[in-house]
Amino acid sequence: MKIIVCVKQVPDTNEIRINPETGTLIRDGVPSILNPDDANALEEALKIKDQYPDTHVTVVTMGPPQAKDMLMECLAMGADEAFLASDRILGGSDTWATSNAISAAIKKIGDFDIVFAGRQAIDGDTAQVGPQIAERLGLPQVTYVSDFALSEDKKTITVKRALEDGYEVVEVQTPCMLTAIKELNKPRYMSASGIANACKAEIPVWSAADLGVDQSVVGLKASPTNVFRSFTPLPKGKGMMLEGDDEKELAHNLLIQLKSRNVI
Amino acid sequence: MAVQVLKDKCRGCKLCLRSCPFSAIIMKGTNAVITEKCNSCGQCVANCPFEAIEKTSEGGEAGDLSAYKNIWVFAEQREGKLMNVALELIGEGYRLAREIGNDTKVCALLIGDQVDHLVQECYAYGADRVYLIQSPLLSSYTTDGYAKVICDAITEYKPEIVLYGATHIGRDLAPRIAARLNTGLTADCTRLDVKVSSYIDYAKKNTTLNTATLDPNDPDTGLKQTRPAFGGNLMATIICPRTRPQMSTVRPGVMQKRDREDGATGELVTITPKLQETDIRTKVLEIVKTAREMVALSDAEIICSGGRGLGNAEGFELIRQLADKVGGVVGASRAAVDAGWIDHSHQVGQTGTTVKPKIYFACGISGAIQHLAGMQNSDVIIAINKNPDAPIFEVADYGILGDLYKVIPEIIAAWDDAADIYKKSLQ
Amino acid sequence: MDFQLTKEQSFMQKMAREFAVNEVAPIAAEIDITGEFPLENVKKMGRYGLMGIPFPQEWGGAGLDYVSYTIAIEELAKACASTSAICSAHTGLCCWPIFHWGNEEQKKKYLPGLLSGKLLGAFGLTEPNAGTDAGGQQTRAVDAGDHWVLNGSKIFITNGGYADVYVVMAVTDKTKGTHDGISAFIVEKDFPGFSIGKKEDKMGIRASSTTELIFRDCIVPKENLLGKVGGGFRVAMSTLDGGRIAIASQAVGIAQGAFDVTVEYMKARKQFNKPLSKFQALQFDIADMRARIEAARMLVRKAAWLKDNNDVKFGPNAAMAKLYASETAMFVTTKAVQLHGGYGYTKDYPVERMMRDAKITEIYEGTSEVQRIIVAGDTFGK
Repeated sequence: MKIIVCVKQVPDTNEIRINPETGTLIRDGVPSILNPDDANALEEALKIKDQYPDTHVTVVTMGPPQAKDMLMECLAMGADEAFLASDRILGGSDTWATSNAISAAIKKIGDFDIVFAGRQAIDGDTAQVGPQIAERLGLPQVTYVSDFALSEDKKTITVKRALEDGYEVVEVQTPCMLTAIKELNKPRYMSASGIANACKAEIPVWSAADLGVDQSVVGLKASPTNVFRSFTPLPKGKGMMLEGDDEKELAHNLLIQLKSRNVI
Repeated sequence: MAVQVLKDKCRGCKLCLRSCPFSAIIMKGTNAVITEKCNSCGQCVANCPFEAIEKTSEGGEAGDLSAYKNIWVFAEQREGKLMNVALELIGEGYRLAREIGNDTKVCALLIGDQVDHLVQECYAYGADRVYLIQSPLLSSYTTDGYAKVICDAITEYKPEIVLYGATHIGRDLAPRIAARLNTGLTADCTRLDVKVSSYIDYAKKNTTLNTATLDPNDPDTGLKQTRPAFGGNLMATIICPRTRPQMSTVRPGVMQKRDREDGATGELVTITPKLQETDIRTKVLEIVKTAREMVALSDAEIICSGGRGLGNAEGFELIRQLADKVGGVVGASRAAVDAGWIDHSHQVGQTGTTVKPKIYFACGISGAIQHLAGMQNSDVIIAINKNPDAPIFEVADYGILGDLYKVIPEIIAAWDDAADIYKKSLQ
Repeated sequence: MDFQLTKEQSFMQKMAREFAVNEVAPIAAEIDITGEFPLENVKKMGRYGLMGIPFPQEWGGAGLDYVSYTIAIEELAKACASTSAICSAHTGLCCWPIFHWGNEEQKKKYLPGLLSGKLLGAFGLTEPNAGTDAGGQQTRAVDAGDHWVLNGSKIFITNGGYADVYVVMAVTDKTKGTHDGISAFIVEKDFPGFSIGKKEDKMGIRASSTTELIFRDCIVPKENLLGKVGGGFRVAMSTLDGGRIAIASQAVGIAQGAFDVTVEYMKARKQFNKPLSKFQALQFDIADMRARIEAARMLVRKAAWLKDNNDVKFGPNAAMAKLYASETAMFVTTKAVQLHGGYGYTKDYPVERMMRDAKITEIYEGTSEVQRIIVAGDTFGK
């Protein structure tokens, strides 16, 4: 089986704090990580590889040169091969343009049975690139995959697709595109020997020209959406800390406040 | 790059480096330089004291956009019932259509099998027109089936704006359509504007945006789609200037639905779908309902949430007792969900459910921005935490510094006597 | 001079940290109380290559360097000193001597299992009457023609009872004295005549198993002699030299773990209406703690770097690292408890465990006194 996993390097948004005085983001020391949903996508591919050792798992990303570190991490987890699409002219791509670049990279990688991706990246939370890649590649898609099963002949995939109030069981034939959510599995760690090997591995870097895409389909200029303005919301005024000599008094003072404001 | 540093004006003060949310600005010698990480968000432009950074719109040529008219709302229904968000979007579409004027209509796009009974409901909540597409092949949602009929309809009728609820279905469907139609899509919007003057009003009231650069008399009626980024600490307004339709997915629970007007009527346009069984490449074998509380969470008036500070899964027992007492539902922070203490369906926050109840109890929740993004619009936030520096206290209306295991039982004990306690306090 | 970690080393740090935070830390307090050996985690560590970090991949190791190994031990110890002790006793005291002193057959037989964590290793040198004076060995090995027969006992053996393979010292010729009269053997847990004796009830590292080993006419095959007849003391001493950097790393990890929770505590805990972190006297304590931890870490990394580069100065540097790091661990954890006040003395906070765990690092694999002997000996000549 050949599986391609689309991944993204993202700032760990859990670590981002806001400076209460200036209202600006504090990014110092915020680490770059493998996007969590993408880690679930990779884990599912590696689980298939655990079961069928002749499975080949390729990871691909678009990003700045530093994204190589994240690809190494994917290799250290057990992926076989990694590619980085990195080029100045890819910069500023919105989801439409990004999906053009990544689907071009996938076509360049070649044959596959499954394209896996995370549902969404935590820096943008759009969940758009996966379906848009599927559209570019003409693949059926299932998003929000929370459970995965492969038939004996490795042609039919049965997944659970999470809904807000439950899930649906969906059957799809390969080749197809699936996007993973956290409930799908628990991603493995890198292994120590994987680390040693990953650091020796060659990771090819593809330019836009290598991908055969130009500024009519990738980059800021081609993107149908643009950022018009960006700003920080007004910080909500600070409330009051309740006083009280013991927990009972604290609780009572809370209820007094709520009553006085007709909240309860 | 659409954002440029004017070398002769740059004084090398590095303020822009700090303002950039994407770490896309570096120093080269004494000048700031924009790198390829730039998302052209414009934060640096606003923060430069020397007007040394400019943003130029360098976009390609727009096609002919004048043929596109009206606002469509994907009237998502499941099992013959309209989703709440569909009604909210009809309400929002109604507002926007009146702002655009020019006889712009808000139209509901109703898709399914035997769903014509919902047409009336669409009218009642403000739809001027309903496009009805029915087929046994559309009885349950499939990406392929829905995407095809919607793309066909959009191509034929050319709406100016299409709005979808940011549900698991809307977020599956909309990007597929955007890619096929080669148009823009903005995810998870929390605010929409067409008139520049309305946008300015909104920005003045709720944001730090410098509105001096905006002209309230600007005749532009392009859709200004505002959405949170970085967990809500940064807001971005996205436009789609060169392609149509302009499409957004919109967070459930954010927009206002109109008061129901029974007996309202509108125009019905029935579309016969060109759809074959082979067009649909996925097969829905079964739909299972589980976490019912999830639905309740976004509609709840009172939410009692627990976080890492509970220390263990059993802590949610206490949270549940509190919820039972106050008539609320149980929520959770991402940390508590990640720890496996409670199901993901309870998660409040950027990656969970956005809520705005009347009362939000945050118990043992430190207030990571992920979480704040999902609940900071609650009317009254009550935070109980041991750590006085917990960021949750920054947004809380009422903070209680203490051990939640001691405080909550006291709240439960006193809840029913609140009126008496209040009266006594006045004496 | 380069203080930057290599890619391998920083990935090792990230991986070990994530593993420690997610798998090790959540059970650390519990297994400290119950004394339960964390078998499940040890198996997981094997699967992720943490039980054979500094050995070549051709033998089933991870193929990383000693600096990476010390980093991993530090991260494990930050969360749970017991877990790091299990890993270091296995890696440094069993895998290493077999890798370094073993012949091809022995390596083929034992290393793949050990380095993948399928087999757990231990090391037997200390006896009731031969602690720091390792030369006073009383366990005897007699050549019985086609096999050796061992008689005697070992005490304080880390991983005892859970290990599958033991590297054991025994006297083969009393007349030749310490240096040439002791030999090393590889003893499997199922060898006839081998058994586990008393299990120690310890002050700290309570979830690591520490037991007595008993040899009653224990039959050890001829091919399980490790190194040469009479070469045991060299096997033992070289093994302990290497083991020291792991104990030093463990000490640094314990200290760092205590430091981290103390900093958080001081930010949260208010007295006289301000957080502890605002009191300058207490801030100075934190500065001293941090400076010592960093100094200890640098000594450890340098010693590991010397080992990676086969530098002859490795031995005394490892001794200095262990001496300083273990005393730092005691200094820092004691301060950490103090800064926590009464809470620090309770099991509600991890610092009291860390303080108990820290003490062993001044004792095992050569007491602080032994380290001083080594450093002094290297300074003045023996």
